[in-house]
Amino acid sequence: MVQYREPVLDATFAALSDPTRRGVLEQLGRADASITNLAEKFHMTLTGMKKHVGVLEKAGLVTTEKIGRVRTCKLGLHALDKEAEWIERYRQLWAERFDELDKIVEELKLKEKTHGQNKR
Amino acid sequence: MDKTKDSGTNLTKNNTTVERKSDRELVVTRTFKGPAHVVFNAWTKPELFQRWWAPKSFGVLLLSCELDARTGGKYRLVFRHPSTGEPMPFFGRYVEVIPPKRIVWTNDEGEEPGAVTTVTFEENAGETVVVLHDLYPSKEALDEGIASGSTSGYPMQFEQLDELLVDLEASMDGRTA
Repeated sequence: MVQYREPVLDATFAALSDPTRRGVLEQLGRADASITNLAEKFHMTLTGMKKHVGVLEKAGLVTTEKIGRVRTCKLGLHALDKEAEWIERYRQLWAERFDELDKIVEELKLKEKTHGQNKR
Repeated sequence: MDKTKDSGTNLTKNNTTVERKSDRELVVTRTFKGPAHVVFNAWTKPELFQRWWAPKSFGVLLLSCELDARTGGKYRLVFRHPSTGEPMPFFGRYVEVIPPKRIVWTNDEGEEPGAVTTVTFEENAGETVVVLHDLYPSKEALDEGIASGSTSGYPMQFEQLDELLVDLEASMDGRTA
């Protein structure tokens, strides 16, 4: 299956690091839209929006298709896996936290042992 | 240098698992090598809690930590955002605290109603299984959290997450080298 090696992740997260682009994804999650629509919605120039869509497209988050004179954008296949990636990051955050907690539990256990002996 | 040696195996070594249980729920599970009351204390005593809740790699500084870990008590954590330097408060109420078994709290810092977090501690043969359960008010709220890269207690955006991953990888390389 698809492996999320770094270049893919880099492109994805770079693409997602911009609030406008996240907004575009949200918008496309609701309905497909043309670049003109998107530019209007986000109060941007056509050129500006084209750039954003380009970044999203490269990351596989969005696909575009030109029908007649209109370029329509929709969520890319990769966007469906966004959640899985996010969950992996979320897991890593917890793992990091819990590594620290491990140390504290270890320390408290030792303390308790010595305290317990003193009490008795 | 040697990146091939640790190809992914370290990622599961701690057995921290995360699952999206439903539209509205995220569940994190992890086992600790210690009795429940010890692990529980680390979640409820500020002087212990603040030592692990914001590890260095998170890139945020925990400025203050007040926990009144009793049913009906309140908590308030203040972080400093590394790029803006602005303080970011996280706060809420303990809905239920049953030592050393269960803690339930609200996450009230957002404009919209936040998730309710339930942590349970189950001791078995000297080890404690911790299950953390975030219940969001709606599917949209959780989706929103995922889309923006932040969910309860995460003062982070994707850029920072990215940096974190780099840090993690670097430290893993260090460990195996």
